[in-house]
Amino acid sequence: MGLMSQPIRRTEDGRFITGRGRYVDDVKMEGAAIGYALRSPYAHAKIMSIDVEAAKSAPGVIGIITGAELEAAGIGHLGAAFPASFLKNRDGTPRVDGDRALLTVDYVRYVGEPVAFVVAESLNAAKDAAEQILVDYEELPAVGLIDEALDPGAPLVWPQAPGNIALDWAQGDEAATDAAFDRAAHVTRIDLVNNRVVVNSMEPRGAFGTYDKVTGQYELYATSQGSHPIADTIAKRILRIPPERLRVITPDVGGGFGLKMSTFAEYPLVLIASEKFGMPVKWMSERTEAFQSDSHGRDLKSHAEMAFDAGGRILGYRIKTDFNLGAYGLGFGPGIQSVVPMFVVGGVYKVPVVYNHVRAVFTNTVPVEAYRGAGRPEAAYIIERIMDLAAREMGLSQDEIRLRNFIQSHEMPFRSYVGAVIDSGDFQRNLHDCLRQADWAGFPARRAEAEKRGKLRGRGLAYYIEKTAGGASAVVISFTPAGRVEVGVGTSAHGQGHETTFAAIVADKLGVPFDSIDLIQGDSIRAPWGGGTGGSRSLWNSGNGILKAADAVIDKGREVAAALMDTAQDAITFEEGAFRVHGTNQFLPLLEVAEAARAGSKLPPELKARLEKGLDSSGTHEEKGDTFPNGCHICELEIDPDTGKVSVISYDVVDDFGFVLNPLIVAGQVHGGVAQGIGQALLENCLYEPGTAQLLSGSFMDYTMPRADDLPSFGFTYNEILCTTNPLGIKGCGEAGTVGAAPAVMNAVLDALWDKGVREVDMPMTALRVWETLQRAAAKAAV
Amino acid sequence: MYAFDYHKPRSLAEATALLNANPEARLLAGGMTLIPTLKQRLASPSDLVDLGGLPDLAGIFVGDGEVRIGAMTTHATVAHSAEVRAALPALAALAEGIGDPQVRHRGTIGGSISNADPAADYPAGVVGLGATVVTDRREIAADNFFTGMFETALEPGEIVRQVRFPIPEAAGYAKFPNPASRYAVAGVFVARAAGGVRVAVTGAGPSVFRVPEMEAALTASFTPEAIASVLVDADDLNTDLHATAAYRAHLVGVMAARAVTSALES
Repeated sequence: MGLMSQPIRRTEDGRFITGRGRYVDDVKMEGAAIGYALRSPYAHAKIMSIDVEAAKSAPGVIGIITGAELEAAGIGHLGAAFPASFLKNRDGTPRVDGDRALLTVDYVRYVGEPVAFVVAESLNAAKDAAEQILVDYEELPAVGLIDEALDPGAPLVWPQAPGNIALDWAQGDEAATDAAFDRAAHVTRIDLVNNRVVVNSMEPRGAFGTYDKVTGQYELYATSQGSHPIADTIAKRILRIPPERLRVITPDVGGGFGLKMSTFAEYPLVLIASEKFGMPVKWMSERTEAFQSDSHGRDLKSHAEMAFDAGGRILGYRIKTDFNLGAYGLGFGPGIQSVVPMFVVGGVYKVPVVYNHVRAVFTNTVPVEAYRGAGRPEAAYIIERIMDLAAREMGLSQDEIRLRNFIQSHEMPFRSYVGAVIDSGDFQRNLHDCLRQADWAGFPARRAEAEKRGKLRGRGLAYYIEKTAGGASAVVISFTPAGRVEVGVGTSAHGQGHETTFAAIVADKLGVPFDSIDLIQGDSIRAPWGGGTGGSRSLWNSGNGILKAADAVIDKGREVAAALMDTAQDAITFEEGAFRVHGTNQFLPLLEVAEAARAGSKLPPELKARLEKGLDSSGTHEEKGDTFPNGCHICELEIDPDTGKVSVISYDVVDDFGFVLNPLIVAGQVHGGVAQGIGQALLENCLYEPGTAQLLSGSFMDYTMPRADDLPSFGFTYNEILCTTNPLGIKGCGEAGTVGAAPAVMNAVLDALWDKGVREVDMPMTALRVWETLQRAAAKAAV
Repeated sequence: MYAFDYHKPRSLAEATALLNANPEARLLAGGMTLIPTLKQRLASPSDLVDLGGLPDLAGIFVGDGEVRIGAMTTHATVAHSAEVRAALPALAALAEGIGDPQVRHRGTIGGSISNADPAADYPAGVVGLGATVVTDRREIAADNFFTGMFETALEPGEIVRQVRFPIPEAAGYAKFPNPASRYAVAGVFVARAAGGVRVAVTGAGPSVFRVPEMEAALTASFTPEAIASVLVDADDLNTDLHATAAYRAHLVGVMAARAVTSALES
């Protein structure tokens, strides 16, 4: 039996769970110095002067880099991933991103923005010196919250962005949508806050840079989700050097969640510092620093309206969203609530017309960028909350309103109004399976039993869909003299288990031993080009690419085997890892053929010349065709009305990820994703102080990460409805858990509180907020 | 952290001499508050005097109607002590609920009460049980020990040696933890002894405090219902990201009732 579809335990885990992983912080070199970023304590201030003289001569200090010096040296700035022409305002004018230098020169625009980079013999010496840097700030009024920034007369983060609007974007047909609302029998309206979260990868960000003055080569170890995009940005945009002079290596990485897609200022800074001071330089974020300087996630406010006919069928959908971009439009930031989720705003439903108006709002906060799901959880949150409310208003059950509006499997491939072509899926089946798995029908009895214990029990359902795929990444399969098979990929695992998953495909396809396969990833020179790992598309990219490269290996191998066994190519078949001569006992194992091809001495001269690289082959999955992972989430929870505490009692998921290559890894992805969604819905909240834009939830003392005892065991099953647009038949699974979880949890919270008169709930429903919500509802009922 | 000199004295006298010789010195017990504070550069003592080398300060003795716990005894030791669990299960349960396993295996009772964090658990137990804090120079009654937010009756250089808890007839502790830090948002320790009932609240105000109305009601009738109508005034309570004063006032009532229930069940 093949390895694909087997729950193989992860090869990586041995080293990860025994402390033998090798992360950026484990990179050691003789004579390496430590870099430390002095950060702004103000959310908004003009820098009148920076005096580093005293700090320069502090004990152990090697040197200090300031923004003025980088400007003079012609060092480039950070920026957004989307070209101006690709993402612009709905009136055709360009959006505003602001201008982000590695180290700011004139203004600071958020607490934590780096102002100077101190290089010293030790971290302590660097911190001591940083305290001696005299920065003369003239504090300016600041805005940290969306509402503050949109207030008429609010201080501007950027003068070129009036009203603090960075981007004013829309999709869909406004007039046609308005017309649909005019015909509606029922309209449901909802206002929702999608709370800001701190990414909090277990391993914070870090970078280790070296510069070789003899060769002029730069080398950077970075915590990343892909070495190539970071190498591109640094070489082309920041250092302005030929790309071949920079190698970026991504060693083991302890979680990314979108955060580590981007190039952060500290990464080029360690290279610049290494060149300037003549020694390797390491910078490693501490946790407090991570809260202030990592890009954050979510942070949007939406008003949504759904028009229905008398039968509960959707006629039109309009959304107005304002999202907090932070002080700069960096990385994927400007696209997270606009172009990234635009194909799934209508969810799994037949939505005839949509108008989705989205504004990006500048604030004096750290930039907001990709966070697991990146815009798609937000889109799913809005539509699944409004569907839940619409069902209540129209007296339909939660399953019925969805069944009436689902895109049907027989209608696929279905071209949605928003332009997505959904190739496959069976929403009805997944919904029914999940209702059964969660014993939906048995809920009233469980609620009654909870009531006897004084608890309010609620259940919530959500059906999510995502669009994943895109961004070609190359695969190279090569054979080493030692008999190992190297698989180079342009994706970059940071917890996903690619060493296991990709090796299983190679082992099955080429019939070579699983443990003879080495994955080469995360290296801008040694690994083939690729956009890294993010957006649930690595198996789509690299997995399908491996099939192509492996086919090329077999084709070449057939030719070599025919020559070696002195027979015609068409007499050769490839089975179970060997080339066999049809109708005989003659065969040669692939690894032997590969070695003969590599050595070349036994090959005819023409073939030897043609197969200069032996059987080594590359492949890139470039076919168009997105994947649409989708599934049903059901959450059941209890609320203690005395304290407001919410306890998630059970959580069920039925997903469609197409072909499931490794059920264990897929389950792990779903578990982690659901935990993040529950965390956002009930616990996590990143708060900036009104008026000052100071970060209030700046440590784990105040920022609540979900923990094991906040979560139940998850019930997870799946239906394999194969994707028709890629050879493996897979659909992306990395973000799905997060996409479905928040609306399922919040619908359950509302369900638990509904009979108490509660009609509005916003994330996170912490114990305090639940208690206050109940107090208000009780006061209202008493009037 | 800033540089400091580190000392590990072998006797109380040596520790006292070090403190006297270095006015900017700080005592180090489990370090669960002090070390993070140093790492954040929020404190810059000239010297750290580590009490970890004084074996006489650690240990548990149960007898003479008392549970005596040495200042350097860790929360985990108290939580897992068969003697404490038998004699004063509410105190073992309190210790079991402090922080996380790492904190419980490093943090000490002496360090906790000397730091007097307004949200720490032990102050509720010490005041609720009417314990006596024994230092290197005197005995201090619990009611006189905690004087304010992070403030105690300890004089400069005074070292806590032991806490003596009288064994009550019944006791219970209930807390609503801060979801992030797991410190008490409101924690209530209730103890019934021959002299009457004591109710001590931590986490809700600037320092641990007693609730005389609840004590009187529970002395009359030791049931959760007896305090159902006692309202705690929110005016003096704390407001932060996780709880308003009004919510804390409410939680004090809920936790007090649960502490009574727990005491009745033990």
